[in-house]
Parts: sequence; structure tokens; C-alpha cells
Amino acid sequence: MSAVRAPFGRRAARVTAREIHGAYVVIRCRDTAGPRPLAGQFYMLQSAERWGGGEGERPFLPRAFSVLCAHASELHFLIEDVGPGTKRLCELQAGDELLLVGPLGNGFAPPRENREPLLVGGGVGIAPLAIWQDELGGRARALLGFRDGAHAAGAALLSGVVVATDDGSVGHHGLVTELLEEELDDRGDHVEVYACGPPAMLEAIRLMCAERELPAQLALESGMACGFGACFGCVVPTVDGYIRLCLDGPVLDASVLRTAAVAGAGH
Amino acid sequence: MTTEFCGLELEHPIINGSGTFDAIAARRAFGDELLERFPFAAFVSKTVTLEPRQGNPPPRLWELAGGLINSIGLPNKGLAGYLEHDLPRLAELPAPLIVNVMGFSRDEVAQLVDAFAERDQVSALELNVSCPNVETGLMMGADPGEVARLLERVRPLTAKPLIVKLTPNATDVPAVARAAEAAGADAVSLINTLRGMALDPRTGQPWLGGGTGGVSGPAVRAIALAQVHAVAQAVEIPIVGMGGVQRGTDALDLMHAGASVVAVGTESFRDPAAGRRVADELVSLLANSAV
Repeated sequence: MSAVRAPFGRRAARVTAREIHGAYVVIRCRDTAGPRPLAGQFYMLQSAERWGGGEGERPFLPRAFSVLCAHASELHFLIEDVGPGTKRLCELQAGDELLLVGPLGNGFAPPRENREPLLVGGGVGIAPLAIWQDELGGRARALLGFRDGAHAAGAALLSGVVVATDDGSVGHHGLVTELLEEELDDRGDHVEVYACGPPAMLEAIRLMCAERELPAQLALESGMACGFGACFGCVVPTVDGYIRLCLDGPVLDASVLRTAAVAGAGH
Repeated sequence: MTTEFCGLELEHPIINGSGTFDAIAARRAFGDELLERFPFAAFVSKTVTLEPRQGNPPPRLWELAGGLINSIGLPNKGLAGYLEHDLPRLAELPAPLIVNVMGFSRDEVAQLVDAFAERDQVSALELNVSCPNVETGLMMGADPGEVARLLERVRPLTAKPLIVKLTPNATDVPAVARAAEAAGADAVSLINTLRGMALDPRTGQPWLGGGTGGVSGPAVRAIALAQVHAVAQAVEIPIVGMGGVQRGTDALDLMHAGASVVAVGTESFRDPAAGRRVADELVSLLANSAV
């Protein structure tokens, strides 16, 4: 899996737009100083103003986000307000300044020979799949799972999607992994799975693909202080011991993982 | 401006705290631009132990108001792995290398010091004494007698500067500093992280995989200032001051309190080039002050 290197240090990027997609906010910014990222790479983000002073006097650390879309020198990030850091980022308006470090980590690798890419996303984890689908020429099909209708509005960020919701308000009433199982039963011999979402979803996909001997690339999340290998906080267990997700991930081949249910993700 | 520290001539007074910046990993992330704009006047490497360590199970981090708790558990390749893989790459950095070592007994520390004693790539050694001596059960850095006996054992092994990294989790930190000085330490560095804990809000059980962790960041800055000030009254040897430094003014405060050199730690997590920024701000403050 390959990577594009980040400029050294934190830089300012001007927010150009803020869009609402149901329960999600898309923040667009202009980053003229950085290279174009690969699908699956991530950035560490914080607001230039008022980063701190929220719930519990947080946030303090920057937050890691996979890039949703990169066009010209514009970057898009998909954000859901789930804590003091994401809340502050969701408040950003056009004209505000964002501080970022990136692109960091590695990106998705193309499908192995003759394999059809199949994207499986859960919640805010659909972000890296949107840019990956774009890079694959829009040809990859996507199965996306959300909590409810407000979150399922995020499905509009991809094309050719089949949706599942926990409450049945949109699409299949149930889990996206049920859609995946059906798909793999019907015509799963020649797919390569690309997945990003909550730990339990990724672990179910890892087990499903291992059982069927299908290749899968999983974009994981883990509590991360720095994003560039300094803090050693974001380790995930692999067959070779712990690895730092920020350096050796966030995209990992499912076969190297001992579990995709990483402890401490989503804090 | 240059700073003299233990016989080393440093380009400016800002270095890194051990374990807060992995220069090898940062070079992977940022390429050789890291070397062109290297943020630190000396580079302190992450603690090396005799045997390899995987570190603590995750989760390893908890964010606080103005800081964080980490429970990393000193993962490293062990002495042999460090010598083979890390040392040649760290020797390429445009700054003197200070190797931080930790042993679980005086014999282990002696083996580590001995292994670096004659290596030209290494400018100084920092002793991490924030761990229990398995032979006595005492935390080495919390007890003046333990620190004295450790220095007596390792001091004859090398002519390189020996820096003792003091733990703030001790009853009388100046007494430990005095013992280190009397037994031949060339400098002391402080503060290491303060022991802390976070509970999982869903279960009421410890959040961190290691149970407790170390608190760092601006939340500990006032404590660092007080401890550096107290140690400066107790010893003549130079002090590396650290704890919550985010700006040039924070570094200047620690120098006013008695530090010769200041380390940036947690702030590098928020900005990889923070050391460079703090150094620039400090140099400009020093040029305009009477220090």
C-alpha cells in the first residue's frame, strides 16, 4: 500500500464551504501547500480558533479524519458531532481557519487481478470509500449501513449504493453485513472488499472474508494523538505484534489483523 | 544563539522530551523536509530497554482538559534491535543524539550504559529511573539512595554526559536530584509524566489498558515550573526543564526557574514542528530580555 508524503508541520487551510448531509457535516477547505492525497489517507485536524473550552474543557489534541474528496487543491472531510472535537469542527464556517497535518498514513491498493472492488461502509466510515469509488472511476458498488434515516443521507456522497439502516427507515432493515453476506453468497467469488466503519462491523467483515478466503482492505480507526508515529497511542494487534495505525495503516490488509475490533476507537 | 549543555554546543535551547517524537517515523511521514527543518537542537530517543517490549495493550490514550494521559508501556526493539536498526538512522539527524535507557536492575542499566559508552554517534545518555528496581521493589527515581547506588554503578562505565530523568512521583524531588549530582550525574531532566487515571464512563473501570498512565501537556506546566525551581535551588549541575511547554514564553519561564535547556513534548503531537516554533519564539524573547 502506497503513501504520499505530507509537508513537515502544521499548516493553515481556509474553510471554503460547510454542507449539511442529514446527521453529517462536510467541511471543505483550500489546501494549496499540500500534495493531492491518496484515497484512504488521513489528516489531523483542529480549528485555529477555540480548539479547547468545549465539554470537559476539551478538545486538546487534533482529530484524525480520512479525506472524503480531493479536487484541485480543495479537501473535503465528513464529520459527525459525537464529542467536543467533532462538535467544534462541525461549527466551522466558510472563511474560518483549519489547522491540518497531512496527508498521513497509507491509501487503498488497487484490487488484485481480475477482482471486482466491493465497498462496504458504516456511518461516518463511508468517507474514504467515497474518494476511493471516485478514483476507481465510479464503477465500484457500495453497501452502506447507517443508524437511521438522518444518517442515511450520507449515502448521497457515493453512487450505486445499497443502504441498510438499523431502524429500517431507509433500505434494508438490519445490518450492512447482512447485505454483504447476501452479496457474497450470490456472486462473491471474484470480489475484493474495501471496508471502513465501526469496529464491530469491520470485525464481522474480517471474519466473513477470512472464512471465504476473500481479500479485504480495512480502513481502521484508533485513538490517535499525533498521526505521525510519535505518541505510540494508536496501536492495533496484528500477527506480527502491535503496529502503529498512523504509520502502517489506516488501511490494513485484513489478513494481518488479529482483530479489527480495536479497543478505544471512537473516543 | 548557541547553548552550551554538558559540553555539547547546541544551536538553540530546545530539545525534545524522550518518547514524544520518533524521528525515524517522522521521516517516513514527512520525508527529508524533516531534516531540513529539524525542530530540536539535540534529539533524545525513546527509552531503550535490554529486551524488546511490545508495550501496553490499547487503549493507550485519554484526552484531558489541557493535556492527556498516556499508557504506552515503553515499546521498543530492545538494545540489539536499537543498535542494529535505529542507531544508524538516528545518527543521520542534524542534531546530537541523546539515548534514553531504562533497566529493571542496576545490572541492566549498567549493560545498557556500557553498550553506548564508546559509540561516537551518541553524545550523551539519559537514565530513565521511573521504574521499579526488581531487586529492591523501590522505584529507582523516587529514592535518593537508589539513585546514588545506580550512579555509583554506571558512572565509571562512560565518559559521556549522564543525565538523570527525574520522576515527579517522588516525595522529595530535590533530594533525589542532590543524590544524582553527588554520585556524578552531569545533568538532571524533569519532569517526567505524573501518574494519573481515567475511568471508562460506561463501565467505571480503568480506561487505559495499562490501568494508570502518565499525565502530560499544559495541565502539568505549573507543577513542572515548581519542581524545576526547587531542584535548581538544590543542585549546581544543568537542568533540562520540561512539562507543558507550548510557546516561547513557557520555555522562558522554565529558564527563569533554573533550566539551561528546555524540552518540548506533548505539543509536538499537536504540531510536529512545534519545537522549531518554540525555539524561534524563545530566541527572540531571549534577545529582548536580560537573561
